Amino acid sequence: MSADFLYGIEVVINGLMAGVMYALVALGFVLIFKASGIFNYAQGVMALFAALTLVGVMEGQVPFSHLINAVFGTEIHHFGWTVPAFAAILVTLGVMIFFAWAVHTFVFRHLVGQEPIILFMATIGLAYFLEGVGDLMWGSDIKTLAVGLPQGGSLFVEDLTAGLGGDDFYGFFIDKLDMVATLVAIVLVAALIGFAQYTKQGRAMRAVADDHQAALSVGISLNYIWVLVWSLAGLVALVAGVMWGAKSGVQFSLSLIALKALPVLMLGGFTSIPGAIVGGLIIGVGEKLFEYMIGPMIGGATENWFAYVLALIFLVFRPQGLFGEKIIERV
Amino acid sequence: MLYREAGDFKTTYKADSQTFPIAFDRWRYWAVLAVAWLVIPFVINDYWANAILVPFLIYAIAAIGLNILTGYCGQVSLGTGGFMAVGAYACYKLMTSFPDVSMLVHIMLAGGITALVGAAFGLPSLRIKGFYLAVATLAAQFFLVWLFNKVSWFYNYSASGQINAPERFVFGHAVTGANTTPAAQYLICLLFVTGCALLARNLTRGTVGRSWMAIRDMDIAAEIIGVDPLKAKLTAFAVSSFFIGISGALFFAVYLGAVEVGEAFGINKSFLVLFMCIIGGLGSLFGSFAGAAFLVLLPVALKVLGVDVLGWPTQIVSHLQLVVVGALIMFFLIKEPHGLAQMWRHIKEKLRLWPFPY
Repeated sequence: MSADFLYGIEVVINGLMAGVMYALVALGFVLIFKASGIFNYAQGVMALFAALTLVGVMEGQVPFSHLINAVFGTEIHHFGWTVPAFAAILVTLGVMIFFAWAVHTFVFRHLVGQEPIILFMATIGLAYFLEGVGDLMWGSDIKTLAVGLPQGGSLFVEDLTAGLGGDDFYGFFIDKLDMVATLVAIVLVAALIGFAQYTKQGRAMRAVADDHQAALSVGISLNYIWVLVWSLAGLVALVAGVMWGAKSGVQFSLSLIALKALPVLMLGGFTSIPGAIVGGLIIGVGEKLFEYMIGPMIGGATENWFAYVLALIFLVFRPQGLFGEKIIERV
Repeated sequence: MLYREAGDFKTTYKADSQTFPIAFDRWRYWAVLAVAWLVIPFVINDYWANAILVPFLIYAIAAIGLNILTGYCGQVSLGTGGFMAVGAYACYKLMTSFPDVSMLVHIMLAGGITALVGAAFGLPSLRIKGFYLAVATLAAQFFLVWLFNKVSWFYNYSASGQINAPERFVFGHAVTGANTTPAAQYLICLLFVTGCALLARNLTRGTVGRSWMAIRDMDIAAEIIGVDPLKAKLTAFAVSSFFIGISGALFFAVYLGAVEVGEAFGINKSFLVLFMCIIGGLGSLFGSFAGAAFLVLLPVALKVLGVDVLGWPTQIVSHLQLVVVGALIMFFLIKEPHGLAQMWRHIKEKLRLWPFPY
């Protein structure tokens, strides 16, 4: 096998890994969209916020310390302790659940029955709000997230595959973190599917997704389910935030991956969990391959827009996405 | 007492179908125009022009443009920043290629070019609806910004990748470049704002505007009663992009003077203009102005309050600004989905009955 071909395969594999990361974010979107019809633009910022909170709790930062210092003229920054990663993750999860409750109670409960596009714009507002709160709470400097995830390329895979090609092929370079992320994503999806299929709350959640009024009439509390769904989305955001944060540092650009998740969803269909995963993989592989093969000819950095254009072209032919429910319009 | 139809008799069809049927509205309209054209140019100074008035006017044009697309035709677009970039780069190429042609012509042409680009990106709207379309317009945003970054022909192969507005004159006064007076900056923006607002007002009152609104309210029903969706949607995209292109050209040439595309016309600009439309009120020209004024004034007000009065670091104030803007968006969508324009309508209803509300 020629080295070029093998490098192509490496690009595909790395694309798949990147796709898993996109799918992780897209999952949170699908959860909320199915249950409440809200297209949650703030999912990416939630991931950023979760990662920021995790770092802040682990390092024992005082929340809002910059604001407090500015208002009262004090000089406090840290509590002076550090929290182990596991405990910090639990605390962060608690914060995300509180956030889910607050978002539902103060915003979206008042917007029930509004048009989807109004809800979408409200989540854009939420994204701005949360970004500002995150920066105020923990400061806006780039942080490193050290929760003990492995970093760097995997030598094992590299050695194992080095013999495949000729002399100028040195084996596949695959980031260890990406492999961990893939594993975590598989576990997360399995857990979510298990939750939705076999637990009482999960079934109630699916009932709400099917039909609000019917669910209400058999005694399911919509408020409870919506808070639950937002909390689950918070959990997914936390996982995505940890993975992305460990990969590229906790910073504002993290919230931009939410934008990347949008074409993923459009490809996969807004209402399908398998769709989110397949869409993520297609986008991941597609943009890496495009950058590898055509990118150099037209100036590179095509990853910024390739996903959107792909989704746009795709939607023209199949407006509901790969796995989405068929859109039926009535007058 | 003043604001009512009573006593204002219409004796011709022309008078009956005028833009402002209530006399008080007409006086207000002429008074605003008179102040804007005859008073402000003589008292304006550099701070007011650069911090408030010029950005307000430019954003007002962009908000009118987006409002036509989103508010009147119901097609949500997140590509405003990209289209503004088209206007700016078209203006730049025209300015440098044809230095002798008037700046006014260049800005109009830049709007025209943007209209073509906008109509092209509007084509998918015939298949894709709702927020699927909103996401699809992101393709325009990211692709256009990338294009202006990578293809060096657009920025005349300059080393920095920036575009700089050369000095150009209108009626002997510099309107771009370093020697521009605040009054000249203000007046050229005001000229385009007035023109655009008049055009938009009359378009939305006429056949075209009505077909846009029919498409917005329910596109299938509109198609059945004989509105051509292709024509309506594409004209909405074209007209909207025309305005947005003009505002982009002004933003680059008159306001900033030098532009780096990713920074000036990024995704945040798209959201900013969308927020102006939401806060101001979708489907209202007054709302476009109110929203633009609100979101231009808010950061200035917060900065004055936070940095100058309370003495907080600028960073905290800018974060606080995000919180305030986000909270306001949610507040408006919950309490008043039709924005400031709706509040103004309520006030007018009250004024009709005032001072005897029985």
